Amino acid sequence: MDIGYGGYFLLEPFKIVTGMVAPIDRVNVDTDQIVPKQFLKLTQRTGYGQYLFYDWRYDSQGNPRNEFVLNQPRYHGSKVLLARANFGSGSSREHAVWAILDYGFRVVIAPSFSDIFYNNCLQNGVLPVSLSYEKVESLFRKVYSVDGYYLTVNLEEQSITGPEIELIPFDIEPFPRKKLLEGLDEVAWTLQHETHITEYETRRWDSDQVLPVSHGRNKKEQMSASDQF
Amino acid sequence: MTVRIDQRRNGYTLITKSLELDLMPQTLFEKIWDSHLVCEEEEGPTLLYVDRHLVHEVTSPQAFDGLRLSGRTVRRPDLTFATMDHNIPTEDRYLPIQDSISAEQMEALRRNCNEFGITLFDLLSSYQGIVHVIGPELGLTLPGQMIVCGDSHTSTHGAFGSLAFGIGTSEVEHVLATQCIWQRRPMNFAIEVTGKRQIGVTAKDVILSIIREIGTAGASGTVLEYRGESIRKMSMEERMTICNMSIEAGARAGIIAPDNTTFRYVSGRRFSPKGKDFDYMVDRCKELSSDPGARFDRMVTMDSSKITPQVTWGTNPGMVTDVTGTIPSPEDFSDAESMNAVKNALEYMNLQPGTLITEVKIDRVFIGSCTNARIEDLDAASRIIRGKRVAPGVSAMVVPGSKAVKVEAERRSLDLVFKEAGFEWRESGCSMCLGMNPDVLQPGERCASTSNRNFEGRQGRGGRTHLVSPLMAAAAAINGHFVDVREWI
Repeated sequence: MDIGYGGYFLLEPFKIVTGMVAPIDRVNVDTDQIVPKQFLKLTQRTGYGQYLFYDWRYDSQGNPRNEFVLNQPRYHGSKVLLARANFGSGSSREHAVWAILDYGFRVVIAPSFSDIFYNNCLQNGVLPVSLSYEKVESLFRKVYSVDGYYLTVNLEEQSITGPEIELIPFDIEPFPRKKLLEGLDEVAWTLQHETHITEYETRRWDSDQVLPVSHGRNKKEQMSASDQF
Repeated sequence: MTVRIDQRRNGYTLITKSLELDLMPQTLFEKIWDSHLVCEEEEGPTLLYVDRHLVHEVTSPQAFDGLRLSGRTVRRPDLTFATMDHNIPTEDRYLPIQDSISAEQMEALRRNCNEFGITLFDLLSSYQGIVHVIGPELGLTLPGQMIVCGDSHTSTHGAFGSLAFGIGTSEVEHVLATQCIWQRRPMNFAIEVTGKRQIGVTAKDVILSIIREIGTAGASGTVLEYRGESIRKMSMEERMTICNMSIEAGARAGIIAPDNTTFRYVSGRRFSPKGKDFDYMVDRCKELSSDPGARFDRMVTMDSSKITPQVTWGTNPGMVTDVTGTIPSPEDFSDAESMNAVKNALEYMNLQPGTLITEVKIDRVFIGSCTNARIEDLDAASRIIRGKRVAPGVSAMVVPGSKAVKVEAERRSLDLVFKEAGFEWRESGCSMCLGMNPDVLQPGERCASTSNRNFEGRQGRGGRTHLVSPLMAAAAAINGHFVDVREWI
């Protein structure tokens, strides 16, 4: 099996993750909070864990704020992030998910997620699980009351289990589930549909001179990077 | 061959008259979706074809690296356009870039565009500007298109009756390689805006009121279609302001049916269709609206005559109130989550419940961003400040949305009006909307901003942002605190 770019298997497949739970007890956590903008200038995908929740985690001098969850020893080494509604709203920055993953989280549980953040999770082998408000609330209570509270998230069976709770089933659509379970490289997957794409392009250009391109097919009009703008 | 397949045939040729073909009535968004459908996974997402892929320096370097690592290339460089906007300085363009990390990101975009044959509107190009300002301005944005960009405010382009949404960097890589994107089909959400706006009430106030009404996650998983007489009467620039902030209500996209206002705007632009091609586009686009009887999953009606100038007081765009109002108290809310959120927001914003909005003093004013930095915005703001001076202690700046906007403003001598009033007049870019470049708030500074997000730290760590219209920002600059701009016109 080819692991890495170029093959079908890009991500670490996600099957079962067991890990401690860290709670972020706020609604509408936006991606500006997850990774502030000053850390978006890098050109790689890794190394963002140190910037996760930066402004909440560190004071303006760069010293850790002891009261913040991730600075409390009891949550060190967590793999499951427990959050509130509309998690990951705002900017489309994938850096937010890169930071969550790089810090060590593989699962985010919340009542709801922003659409772009949800997609970005799936692209990076992070499992976003949405549960009812009541279920999330009960998990918050457990996490606060039990030191080192941990959960086992089983994607194959679509279940969450843990000490002192009944099994929690969760929903995920078949395609994202398959993608995570197999660690699928989405581009490679799509390129299997190459004939469909070519067919679509042909259909359009045969019968439609205007769109999708108002220029480009016509060599005369085609622009290149060498054109001066 | 079924009618269904016929329908998918292509861009304009496809936009079917659903009723005549005896199909289910369709919404505008559904027509564009169907006409871009490449294939579907069983019970899964849909593969859609992308007509325009817009690229900028911050969310693309990892995508290009991915292509190189996998030995792939850009499938349609002719449909891909790049510019620099997010982290660029807005002072003298001919000076070297001070921030070496930003400079490297810009250099990476140059290398990538060059290597993969993508058109780049570089820092010194006369076409440079905020990606969502230049797309429409150059006629790259057209009705009926599928448009994506690695930026959440891509929803702006929906003002032209195109389906446009933001994507992450992995998806940028996917679109570069395949010119397609997998999407789950969103739901339809109609917002009907009726009535005539009061003088001094802008499109910005309308969209802030909508977000206030439905909430910052109120449109999650949906495409918002804005309709009604008030929308029809809006200029394209106003419609762009509306669609731009769809994402602040959590929507996948915002969309407005094209009409003569749209066609007039598109006509004669650098890359828009010309002559017979243009006529053909207009002809086909007449079918590009929701059919009578089309099913919406949700509908909301707003009376725009009741909307007043809006000012945000908290740390998300839904935390907003009338300029005549007061700062709310956590006790005004019933559930624990909201109470907690309001408490945190007031603490961060350093505001006391019960304070009149008009008593809130400001330190900075930012007129700019993909929401409100087009020529109409600058023109409207200049009318408020003409012959006046920025209040002592307030520092104010104008950052035009694009080079073309800047040139046009200077042709109208608006730059002089701003400068004489004490505003800084800058080069185009995203600037203090997200503060990736040197334009940032200092801790504790309070800013009246025409941008789109008042998140904690968005404009600079510890900075406090109040979102307002360009009129309200201009009036606040002159007074040093918020005022009801209706009394100023």
